[in-house]
Amino acid sequence: MMETALTFVFAVGALAAAAAMLIARHPMRVALALVVAMLCLAGLYAALGVHVIAVFQVLIYVGAIMVFMVYVIMLLDVRDSSFTGRYSALLAPALVGALTLAAVLFFIVVDGQPGRSAAPPTTVFGVQAFSTAFLNEYWLHFELVSVLLVAAVVAAIAVVKLGSRRRG
Amino acid sequence: MDKTQLLLAVSVVLFAAGLLGVIVRRNVLVMLMFMELTLNGVNLSLVTFTQQAGTTAGAVLVFLVFVVAAAEVAIAIPIVLLLARAKGTLDLAGYRDLKG
Repeated sequence: MMETALTFVFAVGALAAAAAMLIARHPMRVALALVVAMLCLAGLYAALGVHVIAVFQVLIYVGAIMVFMVYVIMLLDVRDSSFTGRYSALLAPALVGALTLAAVLFFIVVDGQPGRSAAPPTTVFGVQAFSTAFLNEYWLHFELVSVLLVAAVVAAIAVVKLGSRRRG
Repeated sequence: MDKTQLLLAVSVVLFAAGLLGVIVRRNVLVMLMFMELTLNGVNLSLVTFTQQAGTTAGAVLVFLVFVVAAAEVAIAIPIVLLLARAKGTLDLAGYRDLKG
């Protein structure tokens, strides 16, 4: 009962934060609304019993990615022409398109089979099960991911070097 | 509407909101943040299905999405910084000359 109530609260919180992101003018407010949305999602994951992902959500998304984003917003002057006019000329068609997409997917979800959630598996998804599966079955993916991260770091350095060489 | 359907509906709405934000907003950094919102919407559906099926595959996939998001931000932010320094603006309208 408690978990159902928490799920509802966090779901409403995530939706409200997404709406605030669309409306907010200052990029810092958008970033803070996104942090709220991510924390609400972490709460949803925890209410579902998938604690590993909830911890990773807070650590990686909120702790690393969003802090990086906030830092960059503070570095840049954000009060330019995109501050006075928030929306591009595509506002009306994009609104129609996104609402159509959301409506279609929503009806698919609601009309679909209720699934197996009638008897909810209340197994708590612990670190042990996750890491055993991760390093036994998915070790190749783990290694590939580390290669991807190294490639990303090298690419970031290359971009910065190229930019500084262009400027002379 | 049961709990699974509620969570899937939330993930659908988050994905649509992220897509809408990427298209309509003019600030490059804000567009990046909306891309993160779409990834979060997909993650929510993955976690819901993982919990329903009781397997670890979905959780591993969510972890991989985290890493991809981190790599994406690590490359996108330097590009945005260089663009902002070169053009003096974060407005997409200022980058018209990038069009091929």
